Amino acid sequence: MIDFSLARLQPAAAAVYAALGLKNGSEPSARSAALLPRAMDLFLATSEPRGMSRPVTADEFAAIFAGQGLNAPQAPLEEIFPQARRLELFAFTLGERISAEIERLFSGVDFALGFILDAVASLAADNAGRLAEEWLESQFGRQEESDSPPRAYLYSPGYCGWHISSQERLFAALRPQAIGLSLNASFLMAPLKSISGVLAVGPTVIHRIAGGYPFCSRCQSPACRERDIGIKE
Amino acid sequence: MEIVKQIAQSLEAGDDALVPQLTREALAQGIAATAILDDGLIAGMNAVGEKFRVHDIFLPDVLLAARAMYAGMDVLKPLLLSAGIPSRGRVVIGSVHGDLHDIGKNLVGIMLKGAGFDVIDLGNDVTAARFVEAARSREALVIGMSALLTTTMPVMKEVVDLLHKEGLGGRIKTIIGGAPVSQDYAAEIGADAYGYDCAQAVERVKQLAASAS
Repeated sequence: MIDFSLARLQPAAAAVYAALGLKNGSEPSARSAALLPRAMDLFLATSEPRGMSRPVTADEFAAIFAGQGLNAPQAPLEEIFPQARRLELFAFTLGERISAEIERLFSGVDFALGFILDAVASLAADNAGRLAEEWLESQFGRQEESDSPPRAYLYSPGYCGWHISSQERLFAALRPQAIGLSLNASFLMAPLKSISGVLAVGPTVIHRIAGGYPFCSRCQSPACRERDIGIKE
Repeated sequence: MEIVKQIAQSLEAGDDALVPQLTREALAQGIAATAILDDGLIAGMNAVGEKFRVHDIFLPDVLLAARAMYAGMDVLKPLLLSAGIPSRGRVVIGSVHGDLHDIGKNLVGIMLKGAGFDVIDLGNDVTAARFVEAARSREALVIGMSALLTTTMPVMKEVVDLLHKEGLGGRIKTIIGGAPVSQDYAAEIGADAYGYDCAQAVERVKQLAASAS
């Protein structure tokens, strides 16, 4: 259904360097640069990508979103999901082997290589989310000529006021154990390089997060700002 | 002492083969292990940290330098232990309960070891009770906490509160880090310091350890 081939998931070198903190226009040292091809090879050798999704109604998702009642008093998704044209529960994993490889590298002295492989894997997981978003967007056309194309975004428990304990209900509804995912007592997923959440598709306007939520004043996550800017554009 | 400078320079270059070789040569020349440690390995890591702070190098270069540091330390450690040379202090680190993002925490741990600290890494998903118990039983000077989720940040306050409740607040210092936290949040929950990145975290821990010991 969604093509999660490694060729589509593998991030570009420039994206990896940016994620590692290399400033625009800077060049990595020769020693660091030599590690990236090794990390890419390890990514290709140890990744076992698997993903799944299933549609969910707004009423059904309301119960999943509510979880154990621990969400922030105001959470953006609370306003977004009722306006979505379609909601799709989603989970993806790169599998256990790549996480084990990263851990092995860090537990030894190859932490520079481990750090780069971790970045490659994190970007690949992000890419899986984007592929899922693109897939869902492709299911919808414009309702009216004047409409902007529908946009899909992946929202995940643990972010933007959606408490991570909602993972329990999300897992109960989606059953991603089928692709090798498990949840521990703290609602954290294993393997490590996995993502889950709900894909919401609808007009761009429903995804606009103005900021100003109580938790936004504390949060400095660059990823959020990046998405916010993307939506505004 | 020219060879000690070479050790620092080789470490900055991330040469994990040359650093231990030069360290052995320096010892053979009769240079004290503590001088090699302070003026070679730690001096080199300090220079690397400063280059990282001003964006002259990026993190993988720091980690390659840390690997070279470890290689040099492998040579020195038996001598330092037998001479009873203490570490700069013990630091307990972990990602807080409910959070398994540990890459930042791992980097801080590597850098702290490179700076001469004894690091106890509790891993991820660490409860407030585990942080406090580990710090107390292992006589740590500092607890370092990492979180990447807004929903797990409150655990940092639990740790600070528990330390105060158990009368350890003044003795065991706390530092927090991670994408959603800030200096303001550190002040709000009563943490002693905030580290924007791993290099700044190490500098802050040095200050905290100095004030705690």
